[in-house]
Amino acid sequence: MTELRYIRAVNMALADAMEADPTVVLIGEDVSEAGGAFGASRGLRERFGEARVLDTPISEGAIAGMAVGAAMSGLRPVLEIMFMDFTTLVMDAMVNQAAKARFMFGGQASVPMVLRTPHGGGLGAGPQHSQCLEAWFAHVPGLKVVCPSDPASAYGLLRAAIDDPDPVVVIENKALYAMKADVEGTPPVLPIGKAVIRRAGTDATVVAYGAAVRTAIAAADTLAERGVSVEVLDLLSLQPWDEAAVLASLSRTHRLVIVHEAVEAFGIGAEIAARMAQIGFDELDGPIMRVGAPFMPVPFSKGLEDAYLPSAAGVVRAIEKTME
Amino acid sequence: MAIRPPIPDAADPAAPAGGPSREALLALYRKLLTVRRAEERLGTLFSDGEVPGFIHLSIGQEAVSVGIMSALGDADTIASTHRGHGHAIAKGMPLEGFFSELLARDEGLCRGRGGSMHVADMSVGMLGANGIVGAGLSIALGSALAHKTLGRDACAVAFFGDGALAEGLVHECMNLAALWKLPLLFVCENNGWGEFLPTSKQLSFRLADLAATYGIAHRLVDGNDVVAVAAAAEAVVPGIRAGSGPAVLECMTTRVRGHFEGDAQKYRDPDEIEALAARDPLRISAERLAGMGSNDADLSLAAEEVEAAVETALTVARSGRAPDFAAALADVYTGAA
Repeated sequence: MTELRYIRAVNMALADAMEADPTVVLIGEDVSEAGGAFGASRGLRERFGEARVLDTPISEGAIAGMAVGAAMSGLRPVLEIMFMDFTTLVMDAMVNQAAKARFMFGGQASVPMVLRTPHGGGLGAGPQHSQCLEAWFAHVPGLKVVCPSDPASAYGLLRAAIDDPDPVVVIENKALYAMKADVEGTPPVLPIGKAVIRRAGTDATVVAYGAAVRTAIAAADTLAERGVSVEVLDLLSLQPWDEAAVLASLSRTHRLVIVHEAVEAFGIGAEIAARMAQIGFDELDGPIMRVGAPFMPVPFSKGLEDAYLPSAAGVVRAIEKTME
Repeated sequence: MAIRPPIPDAADPAAPAGGPSREALLALYRKLLTVRRAEERLGTLFSDGEVPGFIHLSIGQEAVSVGIMSALGDADTIASTHRGHGHAIAKGMPLEGFFSELLARDEGLCRGRGGSMHVADMSVGMLGANGIVGAGLSIALGSALAHKTLGRDACAVAFFGDGALAEGLVHECMNLAALWKLPLLFVCENNGWGEFLPTSKQLSFRLADLAATYGIAHRLVDGNDVVAVAAAAEAVVPGIRAGSGPAVLECMTTRVRGHFEGDAQKYRDPDEIEALAARDPLRISAERLAGMGSNDADLSLAAEEVEAAVETALTVARSGRAPDFAAALADVYTGAA
């Protein structure tokens, strides 16, 4: 067993993908000489050369469109957008171009590109460097969206995303970059669209993704002390999401709570809750609960941000509510 | 009151004296005519209700498409605009696949899912018309990056109108193309109008000055003279492919029809539209051909053949199937079907 940090797992996945396929190129602001704002591409310029690890000017719109055009012309670009908040500037390229090219050109084109970007708060980065905007991308037909929760899934999902023939948005939570875990050898490539059970339980299901998985597990630990057995299901993929796994878990526990760091309203949790209310209605013994951020921008002050972020205590309260 | 745009500049003084042979020019003339007849036919089909959606015709601008494409090969790629029929046909998109798409048939090259604003033929390097003004520049930028990275002897071409020049993406793409010396040709089709507003009311700068800012060579071309456009493209394309960096061709041209079909153009002075006949790309080429010894019979034969090709393609398109909804739904992602 070796210890692997989340950010190092991202770095390994990029390196292994570049080694395996000479058409994989990295594009982004400060990805080359600086090795990435968070160090994701450290050492890759030295190893693969500057023609495959491209430092760009601060032109998010153009570099995203460039990734689309490059993907349509034989490359597999991995685009880094330094903060998910900046993806507001890549929306035309992702939504109108990348997502639709395959469909609107009748299957003539595919856009095998990856957009890697970190979301999430907890670092005092304030309203424009902390947002979780994954629901926007999950709402667009033609895009896939994944959100790894630990070093092994950071490796496995990024490899899968780079191999995928369609555009994939890979969202990494900044607060997880320093997370360490023991892994045996190189982690496996993970299938997009499959959830995993992180902790088995019988009394309630908590569905989470990204950093919220840790929050869910902490809540499950707390409740275990009180004799309540909570199952934690890590979605890993948000589009497509593993509806069958959620339904199967709900069918065992009959209680469902969905947790994410993104704003609760109109979020991923709303979609899951709506689907389960339709197809899992007969399994439910309590209301489906959602735990997400309140409907406000991410605040800067530590006190405000602590109160803003979903907490284990909040998840515990939601589980207790649905078990009343 | 309608506003009159400046009269586009005349022939590029730098165009070489040599020019094409009579046979070569006749071939270009036939392509001009093919685009023209195809679009005129689309105009009537649209008013008859046979073509759904929105269409934007490039009548009056055909010499830009045909002239640029005469300097390109199949390995070269282009990204087009919402006014992209001419680009698609001139790049080699077959008329049957083209009309089938415009008529929303399953046999259309985009299987009836794209229509006029998304005509594309990847097999000839036509990366798609585009419904978003300016977006094609970044697609072409990426295609140029792929050509360079993969060591291809090819260039990418970004077509855009003067209306796109006010988009921020133009700045980002020109900066990047120049910075990285990408094999990218910028072709501005300056027709004096951005939708319903003349260029003079949209831009505070000239493209020549903008290009100079990035250190990109700029050349003003008579966009209605296919010989001048072809010569300008031939003058820069080999160097672009060889790695000398991007270039800008600003083709001064004429939009005869409205922004979209059905646009009554009440914002335009009727005299201005009438005056465009003198600059008709077909007329200019026909006069050149006459000067080279072609007679009316040559032109009539070309017209008959083009007419027949267009009608044959249209007949095939009309007999096509309607797209299947389940097949479309299953094709949002690769391999999902």
